[in-house]
Amino acid sequence: MDLSLAAQINSVLAALILLTSFALLVQRRIQGLLHIFAWQGLLLSISTAVVGYSAGLHHLYISALLTLTLKVFALPYILYVLIHKLKIHKEVEEVVNIPTTMLIGIALVIFSYDLTSPVRELSTLLTRSTLAVALSTVMLGLLMMITRKKAVTQIVGFLSLENGLFFAATSATYGMPLVVELGVALDILIAAFIFGIFFFQIRTTFESLDLKEMEKLKEDE
Amino acid sequence: MALILVFVTSLLGAVVLAFVGDRKYAHEINIIGSGATFAASIFLAYEVYATGPMLAGDDFFFVDAFNVYLAVLTAFVSTTTAIFSRKYMKFERSHGRVGHKSMRFYHAMFQLFIFAMLLALLTNNVGVLWISMELATLSTVLLVSLYRTPAAIEAAWKYFILCGVGIALALFGTVLLYFAAEKVFGEGTQGLLWTNLNAYAGSLEPTVLSLAFIFLMVGYGTKVGLVPLHNWLPDAHSEGPTPISAVLSGLLLNVALYALVRCKVIVDGATGSNKTGYIMMAFGLLSIIVASFSLLRQKDIKRMFAYSSIEHMGIATFAFGLGGPVATFGALLHMLVHSITKSAIFFTVGHAAQMNSTQDMSRIRGLVKGNPLVGWGLMLGVVAIAGVPPFGVFTSEFLILTAAMKNAPYLAPVFLLGIAVAFAALMKRVMPMVFGDAAPWQGSLKASHFPVILHLVLILILGLYMPVFLNDWFHKAAELLR
Repeated sequence: MDLSLAAQINSVLAALILLTSFALLVQRRIQGLLHIFAWQGLLLSISTAVVGYSAGLHHLYISALLTLTLKVFALPYILYVLIHKLKIHKEVEEVVNIPTTMLIGIALVIFSYDLTSPVRELSTLLTRSTLAVALSTVMLGLLMMITRKKAVTQIVGFLSLENGLFFAATSATYGMPLVVELGVALDILIAAFIFGIFFFQIRTTFESLDLKEMEKLKEDE
Repeated sequence: MALILVFVTSLLGAVVLAFVGDRKYAHEINIIGSGATFAASIFLAYEVYATGPMLAGDDFFFVDAFNVYLAVLTAFVSTTTAIFSRKYMKFERSHGRVGHKSMRFYHAMFQLFIFAMLLALLTNNVGVLWISMELATLSTVLLVSLYRTPAAIEAAWKYFILCGVGIALALFGTVLLYFAAEKVFGEGTQGLLWTNLNAYAGSLEPTVLSLAFIFLMVGYGTKVGLVPLHNWLPDAHSEGPTPISAVLSGLLLNVALYALVRCKVIVDGATGSNKTGYIMMAFGLLSIIVASFSLLRQKDIKRMFAYSSIEHMGIATFAFGLGGPVATFGALLHMLVHSITKSAIFFTVGHAAQMNSTQDMSRIRGLVKGNPLVGWGLMLGVVAIAGVPPFGVFTSEFLILTAAMKNAPYLAPVFLLGIAVAFAALMKRVMPMVFGDAAPWQGSLKASHFPVILHLVLILILGLYMPVFLNDWFHKAAELLR
C-alpha cells in the first residue's frame, strides 16, 4: 500500500472516530449508545490493522483482533445483555444542554491539538497527526462521564475514553509492546465484570440506575 | 528464588482461598498465606541487601533498595492485617453484616490485592506497573461495597469511576513515555523497562516527557489521593470493612506514590531540571492544608483517619518534590512510619466501632473503660500519627521540616501550620472518645491486640533508634532518587 494512501485512510478513520465520540456525547437512547460504541471500536480496529499493514508490523494485527473481539463484540454484548436483564434498554436519558456540551467538546478538541503540538512535530510516523484525535477522544469520554448521570452511560463514556487511549498507543508509537496490551485488555475485561456486578448492586439498593440517587456521601453533613 | 516465592505465595493464597471460601480455617489460611509472603519478602530483602540491586526474569523484575523495603512493608502490614481481620471479620460475620459468599470473595480478593501491589512494586516494566496498579484498584472495588449498604455502594462506584479515569490518564502518560523511549530503544519491551529509561534518560525528548509527567502526575496522583484529586478516598476508606481500610490507607497509597516517584526520576533525568519537583511540592502542600482543615469537620471516625492519610501522603509527596538527600530520606521514612502507624490506628478504630456499633464519633465514648487496650492503642496511635516524639513519625516530619527550612524556607511555615492544625483536630476528636465514662450502649468483644501492640512498638523503636540496615537502605534509595 502506498504510504501516503495509508496515511490518508488513517486520517479519515481518525475523523470518523472523533465523529463517533461526538455522537456518543449527544445520544440519548441507551441502545443507540451501544451501537455507536461498537462502531467506534470497529473503526479503531480497522485503523490499527491499516497501520499494521502499511508499517509491516505484524503484532498490530493481534492488537486489531483484540480490539475487534473486545470492543466490537464482547463489551457491547455484555452491556446489551445487562440492559436487557435490568429492563432499561428502552430508556431515554434526559440530556441537558446539548449545544453547550457540544461547544465544550469542540473547545476540548482544540485544546488537545494545542497540547499535542510539540509531540506532533517530533514524530516521524505516518500516524502522527492522529495523536490529537486520540487525546480528544479521551477528553470527550471524560466530558461524557461528567455530564451524564446514569451508570450505564458513564460506563460507555469510560470505555470510549479507553478507546482513545488505545488509539493513542497505535497513533503515537505503532502500539505498545504486546505484554502491556494484553494486560490492559485483561484489566478492561475484569472491569467489565465488575461494572456488571455493580449495575445489579446499584439497582437492588437504589431501585434505579440513576446516579442522582447517590448523593449521600457529601462533605458538609 | 525468593522473588518468585513472593508472587507464588500471594497468588496461590488467592486461588486456595477462593476454593476454601467460608469454611472454618479460611482466616488461618489467609494469615499463613500472607505470612509466607512476608517471609519470602524478607529473604528477598536479604538477597538485595547482600548483593545490591538485581534484575531478574529476563529484566522483567528489578529490585533495588527503594522498592524492596516497600515490598517488605507491604507483606508485613498485610500479614498483621490478616491477623486482625480474623477476629474482626468473625465478629462481622456473626452479626450478619457479611454473608457466606462475601467471605469467600473477601479472602480471595485480599490475597489478589497483595499480589497486585507486590507486582507493581517489583516489576521493571512501566507498562506492567500500570497494569498492576489497575489490578490493585479493581480487586478492592468490590471489597469496598462488601456490606451492600447504599453508602458503601456509592463509595465503591466513586472509587471505581474516579480511579478508573485517573489511572486511564496515567496510561496516556505511559504511552507518551514509550513514544519518547521508542526513538532511543526501538520497538519492543526494551523501551518500557525502567532501568533502560533511567540509564538513558538524558537522551529522551524532554518536551514529550514533560507532557507525559503531567498525565502521570494526575493519574497516579489520583490514586495517591492528592488534593484536588482526592474525592474518592474518604468514601472508599470509610465505607469498606476496616481491614480493607487499613491496607488501602497503609499500603495502596504508598504503592501509587512509588509509581509516581519512579516516573519522576526518569522525567527529571530527561529535562535536567526539577520542574516535576515543584509540581509535586504544590500538590503535596495543598493536600496537607486541605486535609488538615478537613479533619476539623469530620464526624465519622474512619473518614477522619482517611483525611489524615491524605495529609500524610501530602507530606511525603511534598518531601519527594523538595528533593535532596535529607528530604528524600525523610519521605522514605515517612512512607514507612505512616503505613505502620495508620494501619495500627485502623485496627483499633475497627474494634472501637464494633464495640459501639457505630462509626459516629459523637457516639463513641470512654473506650479506655470498656477495653483498656483498644482505648490506649487508639490514643497512642493518634499521638504517634500526630507527630509527637518519641514516635517515628516525629523523626520523619522533623527531617522533612529541616530540609524545607533549608531549601524552601518560605514554604516551611505552611507545612508547620498543616501539621499543627492536624494535631489539634485529631486530639480534639480522640480525647473524648478514649477517656471519660463508657457509653451505655458500649459492648465488649474479643479484640485482636497483637497487631496493634506490634505496630506501636515498632513505631516507637523507629523513633528512638534507626536500625543500621534501614539507614543503609534509605541512603541508597535516596541516592537513587537524587
